[in-house]
Parts: sequence; C-alpha cells; structure tokens
Amino acid sequence: MHALLLSVDWPLIIEKAVLISIIIGVSLLIAMYETYAERKVAAYIQDRRGPNRAGPFGILQPLADGLKLFSKEEIVPNHSNKFLFILGPGLAMLTAMMTSAVVPWGGHIHIFGRDISLQIADVNIGILYIFGVVSMGVYGLMIGGWASNNKFSLLAAIRGASQIISYELAMGLSLIALLMMTGSLSLHTIVEQQQNGVYYVWYQPLGFLIFLVCAFAECNRTPFDLSEAESELNFGYHQEYSSMKLGFYLFAEYVNMFISSAVMATVFWGGYDVPFVNDAAFGLNHGVNLLAFLQVVSLFVKIALFIFVFMWVRWTVPRFRYDQLMKLGWKTLIPLALLNMLITGFVILLKQNHWHF
Amino acid sequence: MNLTQILFWFLSALALFSAIMVVISKNPVHSVLWLIVVFFTISGHYILLNAQFLAIVNLIVYAGAIMVLFLFVIMLMNLNAETEPQKNKWLKMAGVIGGGALLLVLVAALKDADTRNQIAQTGVGDIGLIHNLGLVLFKEYVIPFEISSVLFLSAMVGAVVIGKKE
Repeated sequence: MHALLLSVDWPLIIEKAVLISIIIGVSLLIAMYETYAERKVAAYIQDRRGPNRAGPFGILQPLADGLKLFSKEEIVPNHSNKFLFILGPGLAMLTAMMTSAVVPWGGHIHIFGRDISLQIADVNIGILYIFGVVSMGVYGLMIGGWASNNKFSLLAAIRGASQIISYELAMGLSLIALLMMTGSLSLHTIVEQQQNGVYYVWYQPLGFLIFLVCAFAECNRTPFDLSEAESELNFGYHQEYSSMKLGFYLFAEYVNMFISSAVMATVFWGGYDVPFVNDAAFGLNHGVNLLAFLQVVSLFVKIALFIFVFMWVRWTVPRFRYDQLMKLGWKTLIPLALLNMLITGFVILLKQNHWHF
Repeated sequence: MNLTQILFWFLSALALFSAIMVVISKNPVHSVLWLIVVFFTISGHYILLNAQFLAIVNLIVYAGAIMVLFLFVIMLMNLNAETEPQKNKWLKMAGVIGGGALLLVLVAALKDADTRNQIAQTGVGDIGLIHNLGLVLFKEYVIPFEISSVLFLSAMVGAVVIGKKE
C-alpha cells in the first residue's frame, strides 16, 4: 500500500485537482451571469430595462434567482421512479461540465517551479471526446422525461433526443473537413497550428457556419428549443420538475452554451491565441505568466462574443416548426457538410499535387 | 498491486455486476441503463490498454447512439414492470438451457487458451491509437473497409424504403 501511494505523482494530481475545481467554479459562475446577461440582452433588444432591482444594475439577480429555486417546494411525482427522476438533472449537469476537460484554456504558467499546462487533459482524441460527451447529453433529457411518468414529458424528451441525434451528424461531418486540414484530433495541437494568426474559420467558413447552427441545436436554444417550448408543449421534458432540479436543467443549458462557445472559439477562432500578437515572442519578452493571463483573457473575450451571438439569435429569430427543424438538419445541413468535405478533400489533394490536375 | 491492476479489478467487477443487473432487472428501461454502464466499463478497459480511439468510439456508437434507440423503442412501447407479461415456464427453461450451452461453448473454447504467454499489455502499445488504426484500415484492409461501408449504405437505404409510406 505504501509503495502504491508513493508511486502516484501527487503534485500532478493536486495540480489537476486545483485546475478542475477552478474551471468548474468559473463555468458555474459564468453560467450564472449568462442568465443575467440573457435577461439584459433580451431587455435591450425589446426596448426594456431588464432586471435592475437586486444590487447595482441588478447584478445580484442570479443570486436571488438561485435562492428562489433552492427555497421552492421539492415535488416528486407519485408514480415516478425516484432514483431516475433525480438522476436526470444530475446527468444533464454532469455531461455539460465534462466537456471542459479537453479545452485548452491557455498556454502554460510557471509557478512554484513547475510548468503547469492550463488544460486538464491533452488527450490525442480531444474532439472525439467532446462528441462522446455530447452524445451522452441525451440521457439526462431522456431519463428525466421518462421518469416523470407524464406523456407530455416523454414526448418532449423523445423529440429533444431525436433533434440532438440528428444535428450531431451534421456537426460531426462539418468537423471532418476541418480535421482533414489539421491532421490531429488534439485541441491543443489545433490551437498551436493557429498561432500564426490565420484561424481555421478563414479556411472553413461553411464548416464553421454548419457547426454554429448545430451548436444551437445541441444546446436546445431558440430557434431549436422544441424540447422545451413553453407555450405550445407544456414546458417540455422538465414539466414535472420543480425547485433546484428544474434549476439544474435550466442551468445545464447555460453551461452547455458556455462550453460550446469555448469549443467553437478553440477549434475555429484560434483558441487562446491573442490576436495581432506574436505569442511566442511576447512570452520571451514579458514572461510566460503574463502571456498565459492574456491568453486566458483573449479566449474568454471570444467566448463572450459567441455567448452574445447565442442570445442575439434567441431574441431575434422565431422558433422552427418540428418538421422544418428535421428538414433543415437532414436535407440541408448534412448535404452541405458533405459538399464541404468533398471540396476540402479536393483542394488538399490538389495542393499535395502542387496545383496540377 | 499497482494502480492499473486496481482499476482493472474495479472495472471488471463493475462490468460483471452491471451485466448481471441487465439480465435480472424487472424493468426494461433499467436493463438498458445497466447495459450503458457495461459499455462504460468496457471503454475503461480499452483505455487501460491504451486504445483511446476504440474506447471513445465504443461510447459514441454503442452508448451514445444505439442505446438511445433502444431507449426510444422501450419508452414508446411503455413496457413497465406491471404490464410485462409473465413468460411461459417452458420458455424460461429453454432460455436456461440455451444460456448454459453458450457457457459450455465459451468454457470449452477458452480452456486451452494460452494465458501464460499472452499477457495484456496495459498502458503501453499504440495499435489502438487513431493514427495507427487509420494506417492499418486504409492500407491493409481498405477493401473490406469499403465493402462494409457499402453494406451500411444498403442497410440505410433499406430502412428508408421500409419506413416510407406507400
């Protein structure tokens, strides 16, 4: 036992544990303030003021909302499976958080005599890991909808799950074209390849657009929020939920939004690369810690812009009908993604052949 | 016992336990959920063998796509423990004999297996990494690979034809 404990690289484990706690804490904090930002953005788009009572400019509003959810009565329907009913929102939250493990949040910092990478796990299947976790996200929704023992919840859960599965395909196909260019699945390598300031979005504009639309669908955001349409579908799969379990479902959507913005920024917009700055030279001149700080700030600015786009679209575009949604997914996005893949492959082959046919 | 061995025994025990739970659960939805746990443990074994690509593809394809379809069907058919019809006694007996015969075959097949010299290499070996797997698939086995893709396509076309209303 003693040898076993010694064989473990304790500083590494502590380092990763601290990093994981920081990232989860920051994700939750950002998700909290996304709810506030969403209400403010909605208010300005609709020419209102938005929440402005709790604290200056209403910045304590998320705390008040959370307190309200915590203090609501907890209702578990009589004929439901209690364990699965509680597992549903937990799974939704877990899968929302798990994706953050492979996103590189910055370069590396030098602290306490150690080089610490700001990425929890640089696995060589980074993008596939994200897909794996996203495909697990269906379970939170389906288990919750089924365990509610309510026909409307079940129908909405199945509706939402089939939407997520349909859009996963187009999302994967749009990324294949990108992977043909990167030649690597590791997110860290993909970011390193974009350090020269030429982001992959310039090579793959169509792929990015498809990915963006699919990200909207995967996060169940308007115009694809068919599984939780309040007015026409009785609030969807979380109809029977109350209190913080409902809060978890709603909150998981915001965490998902944050993480998918992070993935989009990483894969298509250079990740933590600081725009218009030669990162390596800056690191040599001003030290790696300052560079890492600027990189994290740069990534979060990109993420914030994407989150704003999410909100902007939500309060501008009306909701799709379900058949329109399926038609867009299967008959428009998948053929477009396939076409994008073919063109990319053609150009890569042509380039390998020195632009001769 | 090092860390890998502890993980191996933990994953194996969990896999066996969940596999038994798949069989003895009364509620079909619970069976499906236990089966998902089995897939997770098997993926864990793949990771111990340093086959990360296989692990994640196992999760995406089986746990993420096929089991969701299982859940769809079972949830829509509304098979609950109460409505589940009691199986015929002879059918149960036949199931026991069939399972026993399978066990016999497996034991007979593995009895003479060379377990001394074929030790699983945990944490080393790179045949399961995506780079090597891609090279093997697209160089040595490219024709079977393409033929199986045609098979998938024909299955998909068949499904669409069956699903289409006249």
